[in-house]
Amino acid sequence: MAVSGCGGVSGPPTLTWYINPDNGGQATRAQQCADASGGAYTVDIQTLPSDATQQREQLVRRLAAKDSSIDVMSLDVIYTAEFANAGFLRPYTPAETARISEGKLPAPLKTGMWKDTLYAAPSKSNAQLLWFRKSLAKAAGVDPTSPTFTWDEMIKAALGQGKKISEQGARYEGYMVWINALVLSGGGQILTDAEAGKNARPSMASRAGDKAAEIVGSLARSSAAAPDLTVAQEEQARAVFQGDDGMFMLNWPYVLAAARSAVEEGTLDQSVVDDIGYARYPRVFADRPSAPPLGGSNLAIGAYSKYPEQAAALVECATSLEKVTQYMLDEGEPSVYAASYDDPRVREAYPNADLIRDSIAEGGPRPITPFYVDVAGSVINTWHPPESVNRDTPAEADAFMADVISGRRLL
Amino acid sequence: MTVTATRPDTPAPAAGKGSDRARGERRLGLYLAAPSFIVMVLVTAYPLGYAIVLSLFNYRLTDPAGRSFVGLNNYLVILTDPVWWNDFATTFAITVVTVAVELVLGFGFAFVMLRIVRGRGPVRTAILIPYGIITVVSAFIWRYAFAIDSGFVNQWLGLGDFNWFGDRWSAIFVICLSEIWKTTPFISLLLLAGLVQVPEEMQEAAKVDGATAWQRLWKITLPSMKAAIMVALLFRTLDAWRIFDNPFVMTGGANNTETISFLAYRQNVSLVNLGMGSAVSVLLFLTVVAIAWIFVKGFKTDLSQVRGD
Repeated sequence: MAVSGCGGVSGPPTLTWYINPDNGGQATRAQQCADASGGAYTVDIQTLPSDATQQREQLVRRLAAKDSSIDVMSLDVIYTAEFANAGFLRPYTPAETARISEGKLPAPLKTGMWKDTLYAAPSKSNAQLLWFRKSLAKAAGVDPTSPTFTWDEMIKAALGQGKKISEQGARYEGYMVWINALVLSGGGQILTDAEAGKNARPSMASRAGDKAAEIVGSLARSSAAAPDLTVAQEEQARAVFQGDDGMFMLNWPYVLAAARSAVEEGTLDQSVVDDIGYARYPRVFADRPSAPPLGGSNLAIGAYSKYPEQAAALVECATSLEKVTQYMLDEGEPSVYAASYDDPRVREAYPNADLIRDSIAEGGPRPITPFYVDVAGSVINTWHPPESVNRDTPAEADAFMADVISGRRLL
Repeated sequence: MTVTATRPDTPAPAAGKGSDRARGERRLGLYLAAPSFIVMVLVTAYPLGYAIVLSLFNYRLTDPAGRSFVGLNNYLVILTDPVWWNDFATTFAITVVTVAVELVLGFGFAFVMLRIVRGRGPVRTAILIPYGIITVVSAFIWRYAFAIDSGFVNQWLGLGDFNWFGDRWSAIFVICLSEIWKTTPFISLLLLAGLVQVPEEMQEAAKVDGATAWQRLWKITLPSMKAAIMVALLFRTLDAWRIFDNPFVMTGGANNTETISFLAYRQNVSLVNLGMGSAVSVLLFLTVVAIAWIFVKGFKTDLSQVRGD
């Protein structure tokens, strides 16, 4: 690790980059970029807690105190608006924005924007896919890869086979991911006019919201729900899907690599991996393309950084096509560049490369609002547990959300 | 900080009025106390005042432009919200249970520490060890002991995969256990200080008069150490009322195990909802003041007598 630059001695500035934990991928890129900068800067890596909520808490606390040691930070896609609105982030200049945007998919780029300005440069993306057991789908006579495959058909097929659909239904962000994807896929929005901040209008009570509530509630109350749905996060969902009762699963692309390494470790049979199929996120209405859940994280520059130009140079270097593609290969986090998916090494590691790219390209972000924490908290509070969701839930969520944002209720 | 609040506002002892010496002593006392008093006011009064000001606003740290003055509305919202009363009930339950159990256990330990002859040092040390352990560490110890996957408690009790933290009252039970284990030594230490002051001659006189051990406890020991009991109870109650670490580590506030401090933390730190969070903090402060007031009035004790003169 580089020594902190507070000594005041001459020499290149040391940039501090707060990263989300990974297997060393970001630190490696930091070193490569520092080496390539020709002595313009060195980089000190600080690792944030593993979960996005705690990352946000630590960053907010530091930035509220105008911490100048935050030069670059890895920021989950859902927090751009909140940080930018609070004045915590240094916006990218038009010239930087043009260079950073080049070749990147529009959907991830949008997660880094607030009020038409780029505040966070996409460094990795993610999109949930539909995973299914080929043999069971065949037995049920359905084709999940058909573009018009819907949630209703999926639930019917699982019930017919007496098998399970794995989802993330625990009281956490992953449940919000599911609900948001259903509402967006149905053509609705959890929050309308999100840029208005406090005056944004909750809009779950709509045709899309009602259908989303019907899907969540009826699935959770049916025998097609995994028994641990109310506490299931990504890994619990994967365990059910790989087990004897698994048939469908909505989950991120890492699950394929995880299943393969489970085979290598001897905890999973190769025949299960061979039986795994993948398709685009199912539709809510047959006549409307789905909006696959979009994840990932971006790189932002602290508003109080003493070296914003060098920090921008580091961001441009670390989010370059070559670095991001390599990161996808090393760390299994999907790239934000369309071109990455044509790389032969990526195509070899990811048989579903095209599907991942298209899902990200047409992915639906969670509401881009400075009140995201309140919005997500209100939705999760009113929609949990999944089996309690009924036709009144969307309207209840709207009312509660509006009260919380305007300070009439406690969250 | 709370000590000032417990100081009864009775007039100065009448004896001090006339004599010059007593007046000089009082002045010296004021001079000696002044520096620390000023520092205390500086470091506590400013944040307290700022919190009161913030509590009158609808203000998000991350939405500076949306800041607006709402008067006492935040208090109104909190006091009519089920979340506050739920957290209030949880905090109240934990406080009552832990303080009651700790008082009884603490008495037992204090007696043991007072009467033991052989191995006095090791026994006193052993009793005090839990208090030396950081609360967060103790919370993790108890959490792991009761966890479904790694815990031994379920195995010992043959409970299978009973999820202690999956239900409100079983989770509060574990939280109370951890709290009691950790802070009983504190209360027993304060009670020991009171026990030491009970005059031995009175005990013996009572014995000679044929009083039973039970009578001596109720008629002599307890009345003589009333002030010490009150200090111990007051300190522990205020501590228990502000409980945060155990629920934070064990349940994260899930299943209705959130306490008032936790609510303040969540509003201030997680949601950076500074207006509402400050209002919760001020309400928490007012409840603390109320508890202190009730204790001081209820026990009718002049704390200055704890000096033993």
